[in-house]
Amino acid sequence: MTTAGSEQNKAPGSTGGASGMNVRDAIRQPLWLLAELTYACPLQCPYCSNPMDFANVKKELTTEQWLTVFRQAREMGATQLGLSGGEPLTRPDLVELITEARKMGFYTNLITSGVGMDAAKVAELKEAGLDHIQVSFQASSEDLNNLIAGTDAFKHKIEMAKAVKANGYPMVLCFVTHRQNIDKIDEILDLAISLEADYVELATTQYYGWAMHNRDQLLPMKDQLERAEAIAHRYQDEQHGNMKIYYVVPDYYEERPKACMNGWGNVFLTITPDGTALPCHAARELPGMTLPNVKDSTIHEIWSDSNDFNRFRGFDWMKEPCRSCDEKEKDFGGCRCQAYMLTGDPANTDPVCSKSPDHHLILEALEQGRLEANKPVMEQKPLVFRNPKNSKKISGF
Amino acid sequence: MTESVFSADSVPMLALGYRFQWEPAQDCFVLLYPEGMVKLNPAAAEILKRIEQKKQTVAELIAELKVAFDGADLDDDVYQFLEEAHDNSWIRAE
Repeated sequence: MTTAGSEQNKAPGSTGGASGMNVRDAIRQPLWLLAELTYACPLQCPYCSNPMDFANVKKELTTEQWLTVFRQAREMGATQLGLSGGEPLTRPDLVELITEARKMGFYTNLITSGVGMDAAKVAELKEAGLDHIQVSFQASSEDLNNLIAGTDAFKHKIEMAKAVKANGYPMVLCFVTHRQNIDKIDEILDLAISLEADYVELATTQYYGWAMHNRDQLLPMKDQLERAEAIAHRYQDEQHGNMKIYYVVPDYYEERPKACMNGWGNVFLTITPDGTALPCHAARELPGMTLPNVKDSTIHEIWSDSNDFNRFRGFDWMKEPCRSCDEKEKDFGGCRCQAYMLTGDPANTDPVCSKSPDHHLILEALEQGRLEANKPVMEQKPLVFRNPKNSKKISGF
Repeated sequence: MTESVFSADSVPMLALGYRFQWEPAQDCFVLLYPEGMVKLNPAAAEILKRIEQKKQTVAELIAELKVAFDGADLDDDVYQFLEEAHDNSWIRAE
């Protein structure tokens, strides 16, 4: 599950930690419900997976509407509930939502920057039955963290990570890595060790939303990756049985695409702040979507009958080279959103795949990133930060 | 597998953040943990259910299982499961 909050949202299968959700033999069930409670966020991460035009969404679902969504998804077999955003802590009803979700039997995951939280809030959430808090860091040092987050949050995050641990939660730290912070991976892991993290996710930036907009400035270089990977594996060995480290390889450097969402409409369901139901959190950008909304239809209707959720299910929609490929059941042709963003057709093979006739687009993107990285600092394009002002400017409203 | 973690007097506990529950939609017991789920087979569920219910030693746990399953000779199976579960980070020893 890719990875989080205002940060990057995660999908089952994007980390080793989610392997238990690979229930391929079961009937399709929305096992993973990602509730993007709000687009409000105090951070401005330039790799955010929220849509560029998020500032256009004004009306969020009410408490009652969210609870209906939770209930309906739970009845269909959902076990994991991700509370994300934006920053979910900006929802005044967060404690109530967690209390009710926990009563329904969900395993509740709060995916947060920690900004807006204090030690009392952490304890209150625990009391409400929250199972897990994932705190995201932008980097291991104050300066870089704050630069990337576009705010002065680092010290507070450290405090909150400690409060999470002190309240008896498993501590899961998430670092979204990219060109600007990946060379600090050893410092990042040392920080995690000093905070006594139970799990660390080194999630590579995935290029959707704001991250796509900033791709030239975020794509890591090959030598950066090789170094980072070697360090991550060394720490994995050293920390075995102590701290679990998930290291996700960036797909732009792979020859085969990721099994995105474990297959379209297979286990994963996202509900956006305004109630739109999506098979993945980036799918709103695809052309031809009907964008069913929980205010008009039940989760059952949306999951089983809607055009959107059936559109790329199974294998019939595939074109060549996927259609006749013996690996299609492994990766489902990769990511529909990436296929659309790069090739213009969401039914094309994900161009990450070296069998794709469009694979050169990935290589060109890497080359473009390399050219950008080799420019003198003063000539490099500035990162565009995720905030309402930039959202309005870029989306033109 | 490395050296064994559990002996007769160690107390197995669910690892931090793991929850054991019945899932009607899966028609089985499951372990839930941060962002994941493991579906359990009936034997695993019988053991984990007892670990979840009360703090007891492996010896007590085995005795209880023997009562429930007509004195079956299940010591080796239980130890083997506990080591595997520990290796998967589902449980810890106290």
